[in-house]
Amino acid sequence: MAEVNNNQASGAATQGAAPGAGAATGAPDRDVKIVGIVCNWCSYAGADTAGVGRFKQPANLRLIRLPCTGRIDPLFALKAFEKGADGVLISGCHPGDCHYSEGNYYARRKFELAERMIHHLGIPKERFKWTWVSASEGARWQKVVTDFVEGVKKLGPREGKAL
Amino acid sequence: MRIGVFVCHCGSNIAGTVDVAGIAKRALTLKDVVHAENIMYTCAEPGQAAIQNAIKEKKLDRVVVSACSPHMHEVTFRRCVDKAGLNPYLFEMANIREHCSWIHTDMPVATEKAWEIIKMSVAKARQLEPLYSNEVEVNKDVLVIGGGVAGIQAALDMADAGLKVTIVEKETTIGGVMAKLDKTFPTIDCSACILTPRMVDCSQHENITLMTYSEIEKVSGYVGNFTVDIRKKAAMVDWTKCIGCEICVQKCPAKAPDAFNAFLEPTKAIYIPFPQAVPKRAAIQVDHCRWFTQGKCRVCERVCPADAIDFEQKDEIVTKEFGAIVVATGLEVFPWEDYYGEYGSGKIKDVISGLQYERMLNASGPYGGHVHRLSNGEDPKTVVFIQCVGSRDESVNRPYCSGVCCMYTAKQALLTKDHVGMDTEVYVFYIDIRANGKGYEEFVKRVQTEFGVKYVRGRVSKLYEDNGKVMVRGTDTLLGEQVEIAADLVVLATGINAAPGAKELAQKLNISYDEFGFMKEGHPKLRPVETNTAGVFLAGVCQAPKDIPATVAQASGTASKVMGLLAKDKLKTSPMIAVVDQKNCVSCWKCIEVCPFSAPEKQELRDGTQKSHVIETVCQGCGVCVATCPVNTIALKGFPTDAILDQIEEVLQS
Repeated sequence: MAEVNNNQASGAATQGAAPGAGAATGAPDRDVKIVGIVCNWCSYAGADTAGVGRFKQPANLRLIRLPCTGRIDPLFALKAFEKGADGVLISGCHPGDCHYSEGNYYARRKFELAERMIHHLGIPKERFKWTWVSASEGARWQKVVTDFVEGVKKLGPREGKAL
Repeated sequence: MRIGVFVCHCGSNIAGTVDVAGIAKRALTLKDVVHAENIMYTCAEPGQAAIQNAIKEKKLDRVVVSACSPHMHEVTFRRCVDKAGLNPYLFEMANIREHCSWIHTDMPVATEKAWEIIKMSVAKARQLEPLYSNEVEVNKDVLVIGGGVAGIQAALDMADAGLKVTIVEKETTIGGVMAKLDKTFPTIDCSACILTPRMVDCSQHENITLMTYSEIEKVSGYVGNFTVDIRKKAAMVDWTKCIGCEICVQKCPAKAPDAFNAFLEPTKAIYIPFPQAVPKRAAIQVDHCRWFTQGKCRVCERVCPADAIDFEQKDEIVTKEFGAIVVATGLEVFPWEDYYGEYGSGKIKDVISGLQYERMLNASGPYGGHVHRLSNGEDPKTVVFIQCVGSRDESVNRPYCSGVCCMYTAKQALLTKDHVGMDTEVYVFYIDIRANGKGYEEFVKRVQTEFGVKYVRGRVSKLYEDNGKVMVRGTDTLLGEQVEIAADLVVLATGINAAPGAKELAQKLNISYDEFGFMKEGHPKLRPVETNTAGVFLAGVCQAPKDIPATVAQASGTASKVMGLLAKDKLKTSPMIAVVDQKNCVSCWKCIEVCPFSAPEKQELRDGTQKSHVIETVCQGCGVCVATCPVNTIALKGFPTDAILDQIEEVLQS
């Protein structure tokens, strides 16, 4: 069930967000879609800080806000891949900075395992990322999003929806 | 279900890059959406009135406002729909400003993204249920962390208003950095003369408890009900007996570093930082005490008339409860020696920091106010000040302006002329002069014209010793020339660092901080003294560098915010908490293991079985237990799993 790794598509795919830019042999003709799941206190606020600072980003990401990364069930990421997401980005507070003291530690353990499992399911590891962005790190948020989207665009859209 | 969607223009902030009218029209095609409109400013009075009218006229039972970040206006709109009779938790916000219009430039792309964000919000709104707040009793005691001028001001304001305040200060005396300053700009007031009476007020105020030489160990609880463990460090002196006579200090044979005097000269192993210390109590630096390092001496014990020396004293943990916490941890001077090799890394005796110069100028400092060269004790003929050392310098990772150095340099330049004589040559190397306070610009002008201090625009590239002088090599960028000055004394306008331990404290308090350790305010304009953790407030430099007037003003602002919070006898708790569906609970107690707040408990049912139960007023709504429960029988109100899955599905449908 492993998907074709469309590295060749990278040149066209990284040019812009317009639909069709991801066209490559064997890959669907559409732009990549990425689901982001973030905690309310650090990374959602970090994305806000990026917005206030007008840090431009690719438009492929759709964010879901939860109170804490500790609330994130790894199944959410699997569900997103099952429904056809081309990438899943998860971000919370830096270790030690969790608004609820330790939610991100529980999250870290889960995502370390989830990352391996997702890779094992045949999804390249470039399509799944978990990281930390604080509320004051607008520029870091921009970089995290831009780098991740670029990486997913290099692979191109996933074929079909099945895991 | 009857959902209303309101798309905000936010002037041109959103409408400039998103076709708001177009997506409002498209929203009507969504399932359950019975009303949609675009509004110039949804948060303004006409906008809120339009939402309230639509709720009543169209009988809306869910509202989605598509505008800015929920961190900005979620509270505003919850209140708005509540007033129109709709449960405030049947409201959802779609962030199409910070997360869309402000980060994209292409209108079709931004419009399409905004449309999808709205669809996700509508999908979530469908899953929302009405929620109801609980009320908890409020503890009206306040903890102030840090006893500098910010903490003192906030504490006095709150104590005068009748609140019981505890100041926790890590040094043996309150006073902070301001107590170390000689004079204050631009008035040349004596710093101690204006601060020490306030320090005494703190110690004598019936509503203020001072806990000096103490640090915060652990913080738990939540707004209105914090529990704080405070470590009272062992001073090796029984402070209930010590009378602050200083005989022990005079007789102590061991030298020790003197942090209060910026390490200019050593103090004794048993010390009192300065004569006006509050409380005036001695403490032993055990690393330097002969008894602790060599096992003999005990001179202080023999000379103490109050029998206060206690070599057996141990740290003590005191647990106290508070309703609110004010952080006022202040600053440390930028440790320039570690960063500026070109200025000699602290090895050139006649190159000193701004704070060291304050102590040299100060009449109660180690030199009685005698300005001299540390190398040979002579009066300096030429004094050079270098601004922006550890401030506005990306090469040392301090891109920010410390905000006070321009002014304190001007003050110190004036005082140099005053102390040493008007014929002293005084130079100031600067990048820009930032003198934007009341009377500041006039003060700098006066220093330049009346006192003849020579300002040279440019950076100093190197300091080196030559023939008994400190050679100052730099550029005069206005003349476009290299300059070299043979100085007797060089004073660095050292910038501001966040206080040591600020990050660790922020972590204990669960508040945000930036990469430099300055703590993050709730909103830079509208919530400048609050943090994003309810009940925790900021005052002074812990939030960002600022001078004394700004610090005092902010501290009073903070005090008034705390008084506003604690004016209520009960506080509403967030209803967005975890709840256990006990019929499926398998009593594995994993929720109890993972909860950071000990909110879940074992509850015995009528049939004698034990099931998990979440204590409503203790739960903070993080949802860790929800994601941990192996049988999915805990739900997080406000963030139902179905809503999250529906949002994912909505993104990927098109």
